[in-house]
Amino acid sequence: MADGSSTVPGTLLQRFRDGDLDAFEALFREHQRPVYGWILRIVRNAAAAEDLTVETFWRIHRAHDRFQPEFPFGPWARRIATRAALDWLRAQRPEVELTAEMAGALPSASKGDPGIAAEIRLKTALAFSRLPPSLRAATVLAVVEEQPHKEVATALGITVGAVKLRVFRALRLLRKDLEKQGITP
Amino acid sequence: MNAQDENRIKQLLKQALPPIESNAEPERDLWPAVLRKLDADAAQRHAVPWFDWALLGGLVAFAVSFPATIPVFLYYL
Repeated sequence: MADGSSTVPGTLLQRFRDGDLDAFEALFREHQRPVYGWILRIVRNAAAAEDLTVETFWRIHRAHDRFQPEFPFGPWARRIATRAALDWLRAQRPEVELTAEMAGALPSASKGDPGIAAEIRLKTALAFSRLPPSLRAATVLAVVEEQPHKEVATALGITVGAVKLRVFRALRLLRKDLEKQGITP
Repeated sequence: MNAQDENRIKQLLKQALPPIESNAEPERDLWPAVLRKLDADAAQRHAVPWFDWALLGGLVAFAVSFPATIPVFLYYL
């Protein structure tokens, strides 16, 4: 995601902070795609990611007077987006939202290794959907999407050590869940 | 859990949840939806809460029922 510091002049960020709607729209146009992509990586549901992108920019606008123009816009937006995505994950019932994606709703779903049975993939996805949202977000970003730990930590508002801990806990819980389902990793 | 188990679970996870393509983008322009949400928010902020209307209604009803109390209220305002 663009950090907003290289392509956006400081005056634009200042104007956004002062509540200028045109400046906000310019920032929206520049950051809409990376924010959407970031949210999609967490929630893995295209329709929800669109709604959450709208929600994120609404939250960003509401918080414009707390934005500090000397800092880049991108990471700030990503942090707000992560919070919105986590709120959405917490509101979902487990075992519901990931099954549709596993059926191939996402464009990249067909890239899975055919050597791994669809059933195992589905059980893994279900086990993953049963994890607490905070563990899911950290794990999907750090392990599946291979985002740098530092970036994940900034987005989640935690330390790099805490990200590693969450990933470790998530993997341990996944292993237990898979074992209960009869799959020995 | 040893490193081998950890890597195996990571591999399973990557197969179960393939990474999102880096060029993923929304299917529609989301700016109109953001504007609608901002407008709705502004309208909600300027709206008078129902409790205020109820209080005002109660006061008017009281004043109509007991007009003699109006000067007393005005005196204490």
